[in-house]
Amino acid sequence: MEQPSTLEKKQDHLQHHFVDSDQQFESAKMGMWIFLVTEILFFGGLFAAYIVFRSWYPELFLLASDHLDTFWGAVNTVVLISSSLTVAMAIRSAQLNQQKGIIINLAITIALAFVFMVIKYFEYTEKFAVGIFPGGYYTYEGIAHDQANIFFSIYYMMTGLHGIHVVVGIGLMVWLLLRARKGHFSSEYYTPVEITGLYWHLVDIIWIFLFPLLYLID
Amino acid sequence: MNRLSDFMLPDARSTFAGDVDALFNFINVVSLILLIGITIAIIYFAYKYRRKSEDETTPLITHNSKLEITWSVIPLILVIIVFGWGYNGYLNLTTAPDDAYEIRVVGKSWLWEFHYDTGFVSVNELHVPANQPVKLILSSDDVIHSLFIPEFRVKMDALPNRYTSLWFEATEPGEMTIYCTEYCGSAHSNMLADLYVHSQEDFQTWLETADAVDETLSPAELGQQLVQRQGCLACHSLDGSTLQGPSFEGIFGRDRELQDGSVVTIDENYLRQSIIEPNTQVAAGFPAIMPSYAGSLDDRQIDAIIEYLKTLD
Amino acid sequence: MATSESTNIKKIQVRRFKPDENPTSNYLTEERGLWAWMTTVDHKKIGWMYLGSIAIFFAVGGILALLLRTELLTPAQTFFTADAYNQLFTLHGAIMVFFFLVPSVPAALGNFILPLQLGCKDVAFPRVNLLSFYIYVVGALFTLFAIFTGGVDTGWTFYTPYSSSAAGGNVMAMTFGVFILGFSSILTGLNFIVTIHRMRAPGLTWNKLPLFLWALYATSIIQILATPVLAITLLLLTMERLLSIGIFDPALGGDPVLYQHFFWFYSHPAVYIMIVPGFGIISEIISTFSRKHIFGYWAIALSSLAIAFIGFLVWGHHMFVAGQSSLANLVFSFLTFLVGIPTGIKIFNWIATMYKGSIDLKTPMLYVMVFLFLFTIGGFTGIMLGALAVDIHLHDTYYVVAHFHYVMVGGMVMAFLGGLHYWWPKMTGKMYNEMWGRISCAIVFIGFNLTFLPQFVMGSLGMPRRYFNYLEQFQGYHVMSTYGSYILGLGFLMVLIYLTHSIFKGKKAPANPWQSRAMEWQAPSPPPLHNFEHTPVIIHGPYDYHKPMSEFQLGIAGSHNGHGHHEHETETKTVEADK
Repeated sequence: MEQPSTLEKKQDHLQHHFVDSDQQFESAKMGMWIFLVTEILFFGGLFAAYIVFRSWYPELFLLASDHLDTFWGAVNTVVLISSSLTVAMAIRSAQLNQQKGIIINLAITIALAFVFMVIKYFEYTEKFAVGIFPGGYYTYEGIAHDQANIFFSIYYMMTGLHGIHVVVGIGLMVWLLLRARKGHFSSEYYTPVEITGLYWHLVDIIWIFLFPLLYLID
Repeated sequence: MNRLSDFMLPDARSTFAGDVDALFNFINVVSLILLIGITIAIIYFAYKYRRKSEDETTPLITHNSKLEITWSVIPLILVIIVFGWGYNGYLNLTTAPDDAYEIRVVGKSWLWEFHYDTGFVSVNELHVPANQPVKLILSSDDVIHSLFIPEFRVKMDALPNRYTSLWFEATEPGEMTIYCTEYCGSAHSNMLADLYVHSQEDFQTWLETADAVDETLSPAELGQQLVQRQGCLACHSLDGSTLQGPSFEGIFGRDRELQDGSVVTIDENYLRQSIIEPNTQVAAGFPAIMPSYAGSLDDRQIDAIIEYLKTLD
Repeated sequence: MATSESTNIKKIQVRRFKPDENPTSNYLTEERGLWAWMTTVDHKKIGWMYLGSIAIFFAVGGILALLLRTELLTPAQTFFTADAYNQLFTLHGAIMVFFFLVPSVPAALGNFILPLQLGCKDVAFPRVNLLSFYIYVVGALFTLFAIFTGGVDTGWTFYTPYSSSAAGGNVMAMTFGVFILGFSSILTGLNFIVTIHRMRAPGLTWNKLPLFLWALYATSIIQILATPVLAITLLLLTMERLLSIGIFDPALGGDPVLYQHFFWFYSHPAVYIMIVPGFGIISEIISTFSRKHIFGYWAIALSSLAIAFIGFLVWGHHMFVAGQSSLANLVFSFLTFLVGIPTGIKIFNWIATMYKGSIDLKTPMLYVMVFLFLFTIGGFTGIMLGALAVDIHLHDTYYVVAHFHYVMVGGMVMAFLGGLHYWWPKMTGKMYNEMWGRISCAIVFIGFNLTFLPQFVMGSLGMPRRYFNYLEQFQGYHVMSTYGSYILGLGFLMVLIYLTHSIFKGKKAPANPWQSRAMEWQAPSPPPLHNFEHTPVIIHGPYDYHKPMSEFQLGIAGSHNGHGHHEHETETKTVEADK
């Protein structure tokens, strides 16, 4: 471990308890990776429930899946993948010290995340309109299966939790955008952009699993 | 060994209880020997190597592979023995013989129903023959219960959405207690049933006569018997004290406020409705938890219970 | 692990920094006042805030235990109604498990000691650390809210469908509180892992890592892997009550046994979240008070990881009578026995450490001996419960209750008390009264055994757990157990009194009262705000009692951590620190 040089000591982003920027960056990154592991296990519980109920009621999943709109699901998939790309480009811009690039890429990411949420909103309202509510409030009669409510309980739990993650992501990205406009990030220091990017990729990956599992059952 | 069993275990009254007890004793004795060894070592070391001066130094002993392997392998062998023994015993416990006499058991909050092949249903009272394998097929009407017969060393959960089973072969006639061991709410600890093990002849006689009506009883007397046998008293007191349900004391003819705010006068119709579809007209201030008796009580029995309740002033 | 890093050898100028015996300022004298405490990011103060909170919850849980033991003095109703009794044992269990046992060692003692043992100024994410404390507080508030709005009577396991449909009271607030609490635990674990990986002082390689940190590391891994599953489970349960989503409720097509799988997937590893940090404390104390190198360092370190790993695969042994397939029971039973092996190895290693040592029977060491005795009983009875045929009989009886109290109270709480006494001089700068320490340790020991030994007997005789009424044949055991619990309570009360007394009236503690070689004892008592006045350099392991004390007091020459700088010796030398 190197002695902290006087130059690094003066950097205002360096918190007092770290020896140098590298240590701080590596710690933050590792912390986020571990957090992502917990996120995967968190969703893992839902995926386990999905597997159990799909093996119990395979025909239900075929029936109910038809009532999800594959087209808009696919659009949302494209939207999220694009946003993953733009957030990666924001990190790249930070590494290259391109202040404008950071701001533009973050702004596009936020816009795409909003598009995702808007499409989700229309999907939900369409379901609610015909009485497809979660669990006990389910009143739709278009699916010939006693346990149709269970599929939609799982659907709402999974996409709902994912949606909350998207909203949190939007919040983080707005915060980054505000800081980027003040010129907080540079090739020397872009830890928050990097770890928010990691988080955003995870949100994206979870959707990439949710989409085929819920929409594309044939 | 036997003393230890007598002290720590209830009487062994099923065919495989002896095997379970043998393993129980084996683990206890081995554990006791090891525990005494460990305790002596700790106390001896603490005394022998007590600090005698403040600047004492100690030898550097970082590890000893032979010793460590020894004390890893010996316990490993021991636990594998225990595992094999335990699994073997478990297989005996779970594999019922084909000729087992089957009884359906339904757990409800908070009583046990036993359905026999004759169609007869007993509540909180299980009768089985000795020296014959008996298989209980369990399920639950509401939450999870668990049926436990300590003297037989058997236990199995009763689940609301699937059947489970256990079997045993009682070795001698006698009376025992059946417990519910899965926590199921307010009267969990009152969810006991009596187990009567009869000789095979006695059991047949019982089974044939159980259904028969004792003509000598007046309706009210029969009702009293039923109220005791059907587990009503787990939730309804006779002395006015409040349990899970309203007390039976002076119940007939009284005005009762219901959950929806309406008031009814307790008459024959209300009582009958409350026995068959208990959760349609629930008394205010009480949870809607009473199990339905539809199917397990016939009209004559319901009439008898109503007659009995009329006598409780 | 050690070899991969030792390729990177650096030469550093070091010199000796003797810990200051009369520090002019310490973390308690700086940043004073309520607001400074509430907003502090100092791991030591956060450790104290946790310690205060868990002490309160331990007291509440303990009083609940005394109440319910008192109720059980007679077979029928003594003081409480059945519903009140059911709430008592539910809250006792939930509070003790989620609000005391899980955070006790990691969040309270671990927070305080971990950065000191690593020779760094703070944990990697001090603000996250504070956040996790407040998450804990919010979780606790939800629980209190649940208690005052109807209570909860589901048992601490919240089994469905009872919890999702039948139970009264405010189950939702309770499960949501525990759900929130989980994130506190996750963040603590995350923080510790990163800190141990990234913040070690120069020279502190993995093979010199104190065993307490190995234990915390293993614990943190369990925390981050298991707790999210509890979180999602409780969230689903909360939704089940709120929206009847039907995942666990058979009336809606769900499966109550799935809930049990989910719940125990967390809650069995959680048992190791509770006990493994205790193992770490035992290793530290036993080496210090035997003044001898720990026996089998790697065996102890790796067995913690082995327990953490196997601990994830044994959850099914809570469900031997829940209608699992016998194949599943076979596998879970076998794996359960495998966990016994690393645990046994630890016990043997600890005893071997005492061999030819220089044993000082001070209070922490007495607690260690009590731990070894009680935990061994807890372990053996665990073997008993792992044996399938016997478990069928013992499942859900008082035998199980006695078993986990031997492990959790006899093991974990004894280790916690040992650690608390051991580090008390460091944390407060004051010595507690040694005589009272020993007396109360003896009282706790007697009270504990009187409380829980009879429960083994009545359990195997067939007394089911969670029973408000019981058959008269068990009364003798219940009475004994109840009187024992009063003695146990008295013992804990004495500890509270003399420890509190020592804060105000205790003798001043030296920096290293036990002459330990571990890093935390090379900081002044109490430590300054940033732990060390220099950057420590570590060249020996924490148990190298054959090396002179001076070689454990090295720091980078010329380094200072921004506090008053004291000159001790001017002699510097060069060491090779592999990192």
